[in-house]
Amino acid sequence: MNPLRWRRFVNVFWTVASGTGVLVALVPLASLLWLVVSRGAPGLSASFFVSLPTPVGEPGGGVGNAIVGTFFMVGLASLMALPVGVGAGVYLAEKGDGPAGRVIRFTAEVLAGVPSIVIGIVAYGLIVTQMKRFSALAGGVALALIMIPSLARSTEDFIRLVPAALREASLALGVPGWKTSLRVIIPTALGGIVTAVLLAVARAAGETAPLLFTALNNQYWNTDPTQPTASLTVQIYNYAISPYEDWHSKAWTAALVLLLLVGLLNLMARLLSRNRMAGAQ
Amino acid sequence: MISNLEMATPMKPFERPISESGRLSVAEPVAPEPKLTVRDLNAWYGKNHALHGVNLTVTPHSVTAAIGPSGCGKSTFLRCLNRMHELIPGARAEGTLLIDGKDLLGRDVDPVTLRRRVGMVFQRPNPFPTMSIRDNVAAGLKLNRLPGNHDEIVERTLRQSALWEEVKDRLGASALSLSGGQQQRLCIARALAVEPEVLLMDEPASALDPIATAKIEDLIHELKERYTIVIVTHNMQQAGRVSDQTAFFYMGDLVEVGPTEKIFTNPSEKRTEDYVTGKFG
Repeated sequence: MNPLRWRRFVNVFWTVASGTGVLVALVPLASLLWLVVSRGAPGLSASFFVSLPTPVGEPGGGVGNAIVGTFFMVGLASLMALPVGVGAGVYLAEKGDGPAGRVIRFTAEVLAGVPSIVIGIVAYGLIVTQMKRFSALAGGVALALIMIPSLARSTEDFIRLVPAALREASLALGVPGWKTSLRVIIPTALGGIVTAVLLAVARAAGETAPLLFTALNNQYWNTDPTQPTASLTVQIYNYAISPYEDWHSKAWTAALVLLLLVGLLNLMARLLSRNRMAGAQ
Repeated sequence: MISNLEMATPMKPFERPISESGRLSVAEPVAPEPKLTVRDLNAWYGKNHALHGVNLTVTPHSVTAAIGPSGCGKSTFLRCLNRMHELIPGARAEGTLLIDGKDLLGRDVDPVTLRRRVGMVFQRPNPFPTMSIRDNVAAGLKLNRLPGNHDEIVERTLRQSALWEEVKDRLGASALSLSGGQQQRLCIARALAVEPEVLLMDEPASALDPIATAKIEDLIHELKERYTIVIVTHNMQQAGRVSDQTAFFYMGDLVEVGPTEKIFTNPSEKRTEDYVTGKFG
């Protein structure tokens, strides 16, 4: 065959093949979105966001307390995880080339690989058995353990993205190293660090396993860290495994709410990181 | 200015001729004290011996150009002068480096304070992306908490670097809104704002177009009235245009140093002649 025609054939073949691959990969995502939206949307109403759950068969009711509980526990987790995770990331990026850095990086990787149900058990053993009570605090600790490794690694990555030329520029002005990190490097990476925080928050908000036997659940409003607390994910789980058709549809609607929440966080993270890149070039 | 003459006087001035083109040396009975004295300077990257026993002196208010092919050690030499070289992991330098007769490489010399006296402009413009034009120029002053009216210093150094007229109406704009040539002049203003005595320039025009390059070269002529300049350049014509003294580096050796006119018209070394006439490099 004419070599040019063969070249064209190969080109078309692989373009079609890789395009098909993309479409196949998109099928699960599209069907997931379709299923959640089509089953969840009918139950969506303003009161769903602000009401307490109702008993089976009683109309109305919502997951207001679970939304608040999710925010509350993710907030508690962030309070614990942000200083540790971001601090570790800064250390890894600035001083992490020695043996200590390798140990920390390895530990973070192992921690990131621990199944979330195991983290839930650890929080149960550490806190619930001590307090003799399920609590938002225990849930927050479990979520913090999940956030810390991903925060540390992505903070490190974003700080390492800052061009070495900026550090040199600052040092050449006679600025000490620590001040260069604090006033030049970190502000430049700030957009990325905020992105990392939002992604970690989104991840924590979507976790069920670590909350199942730490925060348990609660049918009422609660913002006391020592009390059991509802969360969207555990609420979805409870509704979904129940035998009632009414609760099943509520599980779908709550799943849609969770999806919107996590999607929104991801979208914000994406926009922030895009602005950051635009700013750097 | 701190001048430590008791250390400088016992030193024998170098045999190599110093540029006679400056008005200063003609008017004064004795040759001025060298601003920089380099004796037997060796530098390593790990085991790689990058600079072999370099000797040269730099007169105050003169421009010294370091030329040579890529990897010849000219940039390493420059980075030893403000001790940026030692920041690279595994890198070290040995020998004698004197500024106004005072040792630079001693254990008791703080490289941070040294870098305020020896400023640096880099190959690629590297303004701080998170700061405005004004804050970039004032960065060294602010981060080091130096006294003085920062607005006045910003205006003065921007005028010195021939950028004031182009940016005076938008000092609050991001430094990244400037063109590459403007950014490089901004970096020069930033380096000048901390009042260095010596200005090191590492191929400051290599990333710029011919018009921006011409502006930087004009600037060098003006700046030597106030500062002592050492410039690394790839471009031999540029060395010829801007410098009083030229040092030719090859494979880590300082092959020859002398008045620019002599180096380009009547060099003593065969290798220098071959390089400046374009036989290699």
